[in-house]
Amino acid sequence: MDRRKFLLGSAPAVGLSALVSMGCERRTRAQDPYVPTYFRPTEWEFVQAAVSRLIPAEGGGPGGIEAGVPEFIDRQMELPYGHGAYFYLKGPFHPDSPAALGYQLRHTPRQIYRLGIEDANVTARQAHGIAFARLAPALQDQFLESMEKGVVRFPTLPAAALFTQLLENTKEGYFSDPIHGGNREMAAWRWIGFPGARADFTDWIDQAGTEYPYGPVSIGGVKT
Amino acid sequence: MTTPRRLKAADAVIIGYGWTGAILAKTLTDAGLHVVALERGPARDTSPDFEYPRIADELRYGIRGELWQPLASETVTVRHTVNDTAVPYRKYGSFVLGNGVGGAGVHWNGQLWRASPEDLRFRSHIEQRYGRHFIPPEMTVQDYPVSFAELEPHFDHFEKVCGVSGVAGNLRGTVRSVGNPFEGPRSDEFPTPPLPAIYAAQLFEKASAQLGYRSFPVPAANSSVAFTNPYGVRMGPCNLCGYCERFGCFLYSKASPQTAILPILADRPNLEVRTSTYVTRILQDSSKTRATGVVYIDENGQEFEQPADLVVLSAFQMHNVRLLLLSGIGTPYEPSTGKGVVGKNYAYQMFGVTTAFFGEEVQINPFIGAGAAGMRAIDDFNSDHYDHAKEGFVGGAVIYAGGTGGRPIEQMLLPHTVPRWGRAWKAAVRKHYRHSAPVTLMGTVMSYRDRYLSLDPTYTDKYGIPLLRITFDWHDNEYRMAAFTASKMEELVRQMKPESQATLLLKPGDHYDTRIYQSTHTTGGAIMGSNPSNSVINRYSQSWDLPNLFIYGASAFPQNVGYNPTGLLAGLAYFSAHELKSSYLKSPGPLVVS
Repeated sequence: MDRRKFLLGSAPAVGLSALVSMGCERRTRAQDPYVPTYFRPTEWEFVQAAVSRLIPAEGGGPGGIEAGVPEFIDRQMELPYGHGAYFYLKGPFHPDSPAALGYQLRHTPRQIYRLGIEDANVTARQAHGIAFARLAPALQDQFLESMEKGVVRFPTLPAAALFTQLLENTKEGYFSDPIHGGNREMAAWRWIGFPGARADFTDWIDQAGTEYPYGPVSIGGVKT
Repeated sequence: MTTPRRLKAADAVIIGYGWTGAILAKTLTDAGLHVVALERGPARDTSPDFEYPRIADELRYGIRGELWQPLASETVTVRHTVNDTAVPYRKYGSFVLGNGVGGAGVHWNGQLWRASPEDLRFRSHIEQRYGRHFIPPEMTVQDYPVSFAELEPHFDHFEKVCGVSGVAGNLRGTVRSVGNPFEGPRSDEFPTPPLPAIYAAQLFEKASAQLGYRSFPVPAANSSVAFTNPYGVRMGPCNLCGYCERFGCFLYSKASPQTAILPILADRPNLEVRTSTYVTRILQDSSKTRATGVVYIDENGQEFEQPADLVVLSAFQMHNVRLLLLSGIGTPYEPSTGKGVVGKNYAYQMFGVTTAFFGEEVQINPFIGAGAAGMRAIDDFNSDHYDHAKEGFVGGAVIYAGGTGGRPIEQMLLPHTVPRWGRAWKAAVRKHYRHSAPVTLMGTVMSYRDRYLSLDPTYTDKYGIPLLRITFDWHDNEYRMAAFTASKMEELVRQMKPESQATLLLKPGDHYDTRIYQSTHTTGGAIMGSNPSNSVINRYSQSWDLPNLFIYGASAFPQNVGYNPTGLLAGLAYFSAHELKSSYLKSPGPLVVS
């Protein structure tokens, strides 16, 4: 068991978060590639490939991979959130209810990824002969779009359920405080001009309409 | 289940330790009663629970909702019509329920409005002005059994307790050149001055003036200066940190039970607060004329009976109704006959937003904001502030400008043409984030014969106890009100001269969507009225069935107003508390003869 797994398994969440964040803010991919705890190798390839299309590296600004989004998602899977602790998951289940009545599947986020990625790869292999992660970027985009619109049928899950989960978690990982493992070096905050955890605009109250000059700070106290 | 362990009797037991629980705890302990307050969630205080920098974490508080009621333990079910099968509200969306000491009063916005005088005599007012047939038969609106003038001293007191920042528009009957000209007469100014308008609100102010509307500072329970409230509790100035609603305030600025009332109760020997206690029913005597106490489950799963002479039901609106239904108090409402009152007149609020997308030269700085402070509003199209004769609907909406912190996971504003992901999305978040501003309408929802609360026949909480079921969808009146007020909102935004604008609004055929956050302003189900056939409680919030049971919160609203509910529900609680102290405690019994 590596140090991080040990900590996640035994330490109380509050005390731990600071330790983990210090580690992750310093780490770069080249020095110390993140080893996923929850995702299996083929799943990890899928998550990385999908994130790299949802927020691509192309154009200005950090891509989802550069921002550490896959690490964020993997870490979330190990938290109560990943296990569905935030959701009411008692049956009976009526997955065909009107969409406006919200999520009606029985699955935790962990299960959505486990079942959905298997589904996606089976479906990609049937259509293209290879897993999603091996498809050309343009085909990956097409595949994601068909999931988003629910036009592709997966064997077990509604394709849109995986897509929604993935897109939500991707944006969370992009824009949340680096303490959670994503938004490395606050790159997404710098890209849009969000000052993060500054949370004090007393001396800006009378300067409405003027460009805010300061870069972001994180909960861990890192400044840019 | 084994017989609950019977505890030593208290003079009063309070169920739910949020705003109204705290108000009643103060009143009853002031009067010398021995009070037990039961709170289902954990103990929470500014320090350590809302400390900086840990609180400035959008994911943890704003998205995962660490301060909210865990839905895994208990949620509600929702259906659109009486013929549908309800399904559980499994993930947070439409509204967020409070949990723990302070309740939703910890993570509210702090917009502290009073109702308009006509809101409180709604049916009489509409019938007098537009005729008896203006209100459609399926609309079950009624008057509050208490007037604005009676509530005014209590609104005033609560605003002082909260250190509310704002400016009076109607001071003792004189309409002034500042403030909200449509508000009812105030006996006094706001306790603290308004914060300057944030930039989006400045642009709105200018546009409003050009169109002939009067904008004014949103009344904000975000204190603008250091302030000592009437209880001697010290509050600090708001710094527009951007972590307001959905968060606890680390600056002692946003009023909450913790910042405004609980400090003076902490050491009272006649008050005992028991957290992590889940009340499952209110007990009655065999003749069903008196509440005798409550049964609750503690965090170890052990059941207790807490006898009390007086029972204060001050949980969230939905929980109040559920507990009445679970306890068999009063007659459950039946939509097919219109008989019964418990669960009747569930209502909500209608929501719409127009986003102004400016060019890069306009620095909105959306991260500078609070739940209420720094915003500006117009009230021209709310309540019955304008002539409805030709409009074909009743009610209206307050329209306000300014964001609450530009938190990027939840509050990224993008034109509808931008895709949800990919390269174009990434380019758009940079282009628009700092240069976009929301203008929002928050509108009335009337009550209807077929919109109500009941116990769900299938789904249960973690103890196997039935969940509350919501039967709700929009009616034509609300679509029309929204279309009308949104046209005014869009006109205002056009006048702000953005490069483009986009409106999110419900149209006929759009169903109530539980996935989208709209507001936590759910109302009704234990409504107040003039007699036991049209209401659960009388004007003093006293149960018609059990005179030693008092019920507080927005569950009392016969229909919903176009304002945030906390000001009104706190005014009703203080009005009741005054009567409890001056009359009921001296001679317990019905305060209104039915």
